Amino acid sequence: MSTQSNAMTELARSADVMAPDTPWSHRFYWSVRRELWEFRSIYLVQFAVAGIFLFGFLLSLIRLPHKMNRLAGLDPMQQRQIIEQPFEFAAGMIMAAGFFVGIFYALEALQSERRDRSILFWKSLPVSDATTVFAKASIPMVVIPALSFAIAVVVQVVMVALSTIVLLANGISLDVFFANLPVFQIWVVLAYHLLVLHSLGFAPLYGWLLLVSGWARRVAFLWAALPLVAAGIIANVVFDSPNFFGFFADAPGGDGFTHGMMMEPMARIHPSEFFSSMMLWVGLVIAAVLLSETIRLRRRRDPL
Amino acid sequence: MTVIEAHGLRKAFGNTIALDGVDLRVEERRIVGLIGPNGAGKTTALNAILGLTQFQGDLRVLGRDPWIRRDELMRDVCFISDVAVLPRWIKVSQVLDFVAGVHPRFHRAKADEFLAKTTIARDRKVRELSKGMVTQLHLAIVMAIDAKLLVFDEPTLGLDILFRKQFYDSLLTDYFDRGRTIVLATHQVEEIEHVLTDVVFIDRGRIVFNRSMEEVESRYLELVVNPDQLLAARALKPISERQSLGRSILLFDHAERQQLAAFGEVRTPRIADLFVAIVGQKEGVVQ
Repeated sequence: MSTQSNAMTELARSADVMAPDTPWSHRFYWSVRRELWEFRSIYLVQFAVAGIFLFGFLLSLIRLPHKMNRLAGLDPMQQRQIIEQPFEFAAGMIMAAGFFVGIFYALEALQSERRDRSILFWKSLPVSDATTVFAKASIPMVVIPALSFAIAVVVQVVMVALSTIVLLANGISLDVFFANLPVFQIWVVLAYHLLVLHSLGFAPLYGWLLLVSGWARRVAFLWAALPLVAAGIIANVVFDSPNFFGFFADAPGGDGFTHGMMMEPMARIHPSEFFSSMMLWVGLVIAAVLLSETIRLRRRRDPL
Repeated sequence: MTVIEAHGLRKAFGNTIALDGVDLRVEERRIVGLIGPNGAGKTTALNAILGLTQFQGDLRVLGRDPWIRRDELMRDVCFISDVAVLPRWIKVSQVLDFVAGVHPRFHRAKADEFLAKTTIARDRKVRELSKGMVTQLHLAIVMAIDAKLLVFDEPTLGLDILFRKQFYDSLLTDYFDRGRTIVLATHQVEEIEHVLTDVVFIDRGRIVFNRSMEEVESRYLELVVNPDQLLAARALKPISERQSLGRSILLFDHAERQQLAAFGEVRTPRIADLFVAIVGQKEGVVQ
């Protein structure tokens, strides 16, 4: 027994020589939490947009009974369009807010820790530059889209609940309303759109912004915009294609969510087509190259 | 075990040479004072040791190359490289949560114990704390990490004397309790000399002096010479001479204590005086 416990102590001691490691998932998780602590706008802006939207929607409910009565005379396509419209608008606003927050976040993410020199503190902890950069990249590519989805769903549920109350209070049947509101389909399309466009489609954009954030000493925004503007100009002059920025609309996952109404929402989900598109993979390779360069920069760049 | 082993460490920033061939060896359980004038290369040397800056030459810290394996090294090394590096937006509770979450050797209870002696509230943000409190917080974290090597770059800069004393006391207690290796870089030589086991002078990117305190004490003697015996004492070839309170003070290397005692009062020199004698001399500073 005593030899065994001695052996155990020995073992513990030898293990002690090389400190055991916390699992990578912990380090990653806390690195993401840290970003949420520092950049509260990641969720606050979307909350604010959702709040403002709901306030407006609440006011618009006054007209709902009137709107529903008017619907009776319209064809089903138009009925659906009118009922769905505010739901799509809500999701669109929240996603747009998320998109802009993601851009500003990515531009700040690696610059702010150098500016306040806290990078020296972060680097005094056993978290690799790669883990930190992945955590930062996950904010616009995973956390914000996931939040957009969750917030949009909650907002839409509240909208349905409020609409139901108003309709019932006015003695209007719920049949037409719910027949034209395929909420689950809307959510599937929303999730798909967020995944293909906001997470994967914009990955090279976020990779680029993070890289500039890690590189620029100041005005990261201007440096980040420069090549985009330059590319636009060159595309215009050389290729005579004025619609360079149409690129984004045609980008993988640019499924026209914002242009089209959701007449047949499920019809717009083509995962096999999307995942076999060349553009997606080229974009992801570019994003990977940009992120690995960002990791290298985080290791090398001194505090500002 | 050798904690730090550096051979021919070089680092240049443009035309400025920050490290010009530094050789340094720090053994386990030593408290090394790295002392040098501004711009001597102290911080650069420490940054290289901590994996914060790239360098030329050979460097092993706890057997690892710090530039390649910084994150791994940081499980066993703690540093406070400047007093103001804790992010200002973070809450006290958050920074403790974060370190507890990522550091395998952080003992939350120890940090809590340390903080309990302060007036730092957990829900405060770092920006709301005074300068001394920020350092106390940072120290509470560092002291609660069971690291093998602690590196401090001007740890008590801007702190009041009471706190500085408290800091070095807790550092020493901790050292004796756990047998850590500590590297301290500072201007405030007087403050740290009583805690050091070794002293290293760095000047213009080079190590110009590297001795244990026992060696310093046995080798160097300071003579407060009787005015009438000054010439005779000078004949014994002191390495430096300075004036203090109207008396000449001569510093000797390898002199006999008894021989010197004939000329006045003999004592062990302060590190600061030794520093001026050795570094100042090289720079041709007129005493």
